[in-house]
Amino acid sequence: MAAKKKTFEESMLRLEEIVARLEKGEATLEESMKLFEEGTKLSAACAAQLDAAEQKVWKLTKGPDGAPVAQRMEE
Amino acid sequence: MSTAQNIYTVSQVNNYVKRLLDGDEALSRIYVRGEISNYKRYPSGHHYFTLKDEQGAIRSVLFRGSAARLRFQPDNGMKVIAFGRVTLFPRDGSYQLYVDALTPDGVGELTIAFEQLKARLEAEGLFDPAHKKPIPRMPGTVGIITSSAGAAVHDMMRILGERWPLTQVKLLGVRVQGPEAPDEIAGAIAYANRWQVADVLIVGRGGGSLEDLWAFNDERVARAIYASALPVISAVGHEPDVTISDFVADLRAATPSNAAELAVPDRLEVSAALTSLRERLLRTQTLRLRRERDRLERCRSARSLRDPMAPVNDARLALDYSVRRLAAAQERSLHAQRERLSALTAALDAMSPLKVLARGYTVTERDGALLSSVKQVELLDQLQVRFYDGTVQCTVNQIKE
Repeated sequence: MAAKKKTFEESMLRLEEIVARLEKGEATLEESMKLFEEGTKLSAACAAQLDAAEQKVWKLTKGPDGAPVAQRMEE
Repeated sequence: MSTAQNIYTVSQVNNYVKRLLDGDEALSRIYVRGEISNYKRYPSGHHYFTLKDEQGAIRSVLFRGSAARLRFQPDNGMKVIAFGRVTLFPRDGSYQLYVDALTPDGVGELTIAFEQLKARLEAEGLFDPAHKKPIPRMPGTVGIITSSAGAAVHDMMRILGERWPLTQVKLLGVRVQGPEAPDEIAGAIAYANRWQVADVLIVGRGGGSLEDLWAFNDERVARAIYASALPVISAVGHEPDVTISDFVADLRAATPSNAAELAVPDRLEVSAALTSLRERLLRTQTLRLRRERDRLERCRSARSLRDPMAPVNDARLALDYSVRRLAAAQERSLHAQRERLSALTAALDAMSPLKVLARGYTVTERDGALLSSVKQVELLDQLQVRFYDGTVQCTVNQIKE
């Protein structure tokens, strides 16, 4: 799980959590610097993800073994 | 029947009347409005009932073939419009309405069927809010179960793409009307679950007549939605159209476009939220660092850090002071002793016999023994007379008393 890349939503939730913790001001300075660095990275990654996003549309059909076969669809 | 003399059998009369009735154009295709009573289903598949109003009643029969086409369950007290023909049943000489089609009066039969299915599924708990699953806020994949031909699917893909391009869209094309539609829709929902093709499903179609939307009022579709582990958004027709699917689904969208809006967040809103989070992050940490720097500054300006030898020097000063006080105290004590000694010496001195001698007195001794009376002395005794500065040796040559 820890190795899995965070989804956009997970990143946003973590970012919200980090900001809330920093705003509470209860973290030690060292912790706060770590959180700040993590938050900065997350926000940059989220922004990049949003900017780069390009929708993919697939049409699903049933393959010979019953499993779905995805076929790229252009809008 | 104009000749009074003729006599007829019962069957002849019945048949004659039957011919009259059957020959009447108006009675052969007739709509009759009335209220159902005494409704009975026979094992043969025929349904028998009486249609009545305030004044009268007609016995009616719905043959098996017509009964099978009913989309609602007729019941006593229900107001209906029956379509059929009036004829005579010769066996008991009463006439009957042979019903070809039965429609609820006032509301369409589909509406009745809808209300009945709705009541039944609701009683069974299929609409229970506790069973409804939350719709993911930012689904990675949206599955769309609809006709791949209609405008609805294109509207949905366009809106999904505009609002949230991070989401992949997977389309499962199905027929959305006609007799095959319910099984195809239900099958696609089960299939999507079986293969976990999406995080959320949109099931629906664009607008149409009540008949066109009917597949979404089908019990099979309703049960497939209920059984779906993936959250389902129903998206059938236009805003006023409400289907059974809408009640069972985890979320009802007014239209397919609305479903696309509900399924994903808006990129612009999320982007704004992200910017705001970023600013808060930066502002908070800047403030924090400034506060820590101020704290540090306050500590650094404290005297103990500026002059680390200060406490030592202070201690040294205190020590010196104590030493000085100790010395002074000792001095005072010595002085007092000295004073006392000198006073004692003076007192002693004052008491000294030598002092008396110095004033001109002498002490007389004989062989070291002090003499204080003439009676101790005899003539020719050798006496020593002590002066303050020496001694003389005397011989007694006269004694006077």
